[in-house]
Amino acid sequence: MTKYIVKRLLLMIPTLLGVAVLIFFLMRIVPGDIVELRFAGESAYAQKENLDKERARLGLDQPVWRQFLSWMGGLARFDLGTSMWTGAPITEEIRLRFALSLQLAIMATIVAILLAIPLGVIAALRQDTWIDYVVRVISIAGLATPSFWLGIVFILGLLIIFKWLPPMVYTPFWVNPVQNLAQLIWPALAVGYRYSAVATRMTRSAMLEVLREDYIRTARAKGLWEKLILSRHALKNAMLPVLTVIALEFAFLIGGLVVTEQVFNLNGLGLLFVEAVGHRDYTLTQALVMLVAFVFIFVNFLVDLAYAWLDPRIRLR
Amino acid sequence: MAIGRPVEVVADVPEAARRRRRVAAIGEFCRERPLGAIGAAVVLLNIVVGLGATVIAPYDPVATDYGAMLARPSAAHWLGTDAFGRDVLSRIIYGSRTAMLVGFACAFLGATVGAVIGVASAYFAGKVDLLVQRVMDIFLAFPLIILALAVVSILGTGIFNVIVAIAIPMIPRAGLVARSSALAIREMPYVDAARAAGFRHRRIILRHMLPNVMAPYLIMLTAYLGQAILAEASLTFLGLGVSEPTPAWGLMLRGAAVQFAESAPWMAIFPGLAISLAVFAFNLFGDSLRDALDPRLRAQ
Repeated sequence: MTKYIVKRLLLMIPTLLGVAVLIFFLMRIVPGDIVELRFAGESAYAQKENLDKERARLGLDQPVWRQFLSWMGGLARFDLGTSMWTGAPITEEIRLRFALSLQLAIMATIVAILLAIPLGVIAALRQDTWIDYVVRVISIAGLATPSFWLGIVFILGLLIIFKWLPPMVYTPFWVNPVQNLAQLIWPALAVGYRYSAVATRMTRSAMLEVLREDYIRTARAKGLWEKLILSRHALKNAMLPVLTVIALEFAFLIGGLVVTEQVFNLNGLGLLFVEAVGHRDYTLTQALVMLVAFVFIFVNFLVDLAYAWLDPRIRLR
Repeated sequence: MAIGRPVEVVADVPEAARRRRRVAAIGEFCRERPLGAIGAAVVLLNIVVGLGATVIAPYDPVATDYGAMLARPSAAHWLGTDAFGRDVLSRIIYGSRTAMLVGFACAFLGATVGAVIGVASAYFAGKVDLLVQRVMDIFLAFPLIILALAVVSILGTGIFNVIVAIAIPMIPRAGLVARSSALAIREMPYVDAARAAGFRHRRIILRHMLPNVMAPYLIMLTAYLGQAILAEASLTFLGLGVSEPTPAWGLMLRGAAVQFAESAPWMAIFPGLAISLAVFAFNLFGDSLRDALDPRLRAQ
């Protein structure tokens, strides 16, 4: 097991390296650089000399391979450097927004779990009845509805029915929990509904599969209480694939909610992405991509570990 | 010996008989899976509406009418008008064109390129397979929005660039699915036979292996149709996708729709419903198709 963990952790390095190479060169193919953009407004006055001076300050006059090596050197020392646009340390730029994105992702996950597991279990138990059909339609509709539009509909509904708008300025949870939740619950519901659709379908099909297993028949034959069979024997075994989809979706939610953030005026990682690429802020974009890729790879790794831990039949090598 | 020529053997079946069998299969699908048939009908409706937009739409989608700005839904404008007095219904009808084009193009491109890469990777195995797997891992870990942002920044906005931006992230996902199906096919005697007959790698991959991953390919294709429409709407909403004056559903939700949401909610509600309905229909059809094609599910 330890050997497996070490091997998997080491295998992350080439993948992350590949992501690093890809984003580094992708950003440099994108036309226009940060210096041109910054001086775009005053192009008549910005002499070539000024542009060159600014490029030298940011290290953009160096050969590309040297820029890449110095970035890699920084990464190896966990030094992300400073944002080219604002000059602030990147850890500073990311920290607050990461807190917001993480909170939203966690809240959406809770919404999704609360919806998905009961709905999926009921649909499986009442397979091919009207309950099953209703649950399936609800979940397919969840997959079909853009969550940013659902967000717009929520805001509209609150405005028209209650003449109330959720707060539009972000307050950290530890400053004012009520204010914070009043703002974040709506995007969490909009995203969580869509997210629950995948998990509901997975819960349903996993439960259907497990309910056909021999050990369920055995449990019923020995006269076990049906509730106990469902919670202890069936649900516990059906949770593995559900856990996988929930975890993978969670990894996507961090940094993937660009449009929903836009609708609710949230300054999360998603919008930071758009801004960073828009400014051609190479250092910040690169750092964000590495962060999101790392979260994705690491969650994948945790899912594999959880599989082995929860299901003793799976041996990891 | 006919071992090396399975393609020609299939071609011996008369064209008429094959067509009859196909019609019968469609009939069976409709009878056994009514939900899927409804989905397919809505998809067809969407295509027809998109193609016949010039005939069906009551107004020109870009014609402004400053006498009827933000008009409520009425007999003249069934779904109301927007901030420039443009007819919402007509814009939705024309928007269907954009959505269908992007949906089919992305899904076809993503699933096909992915399937070819996945099957080739499984066929060659060994080092090639390992390398392809790693490259796919890299693309899977890469945030989608950055890929889209980069593609749009390099190529500019516009419908064809949006198609490329959306199709690229689909490729590794389709590749993984096709590869896992192809791994089993690789071991089949007919692949050995083709190899023994001295066929080129390209022919074995394209003509012997690829047709046998048709079921997962079709499942991916239908799943990607809906996803592509959603992705296009999101990118367009952000200002990174289709741009004015092309009528697109995501574009209708931008700017004024949110600004005037309270006084003219129809501007925000109907385009969103159009997106949801189209994707819903694709998903319903795709789900039923998966149930019909997946032999593992059929056995149950």
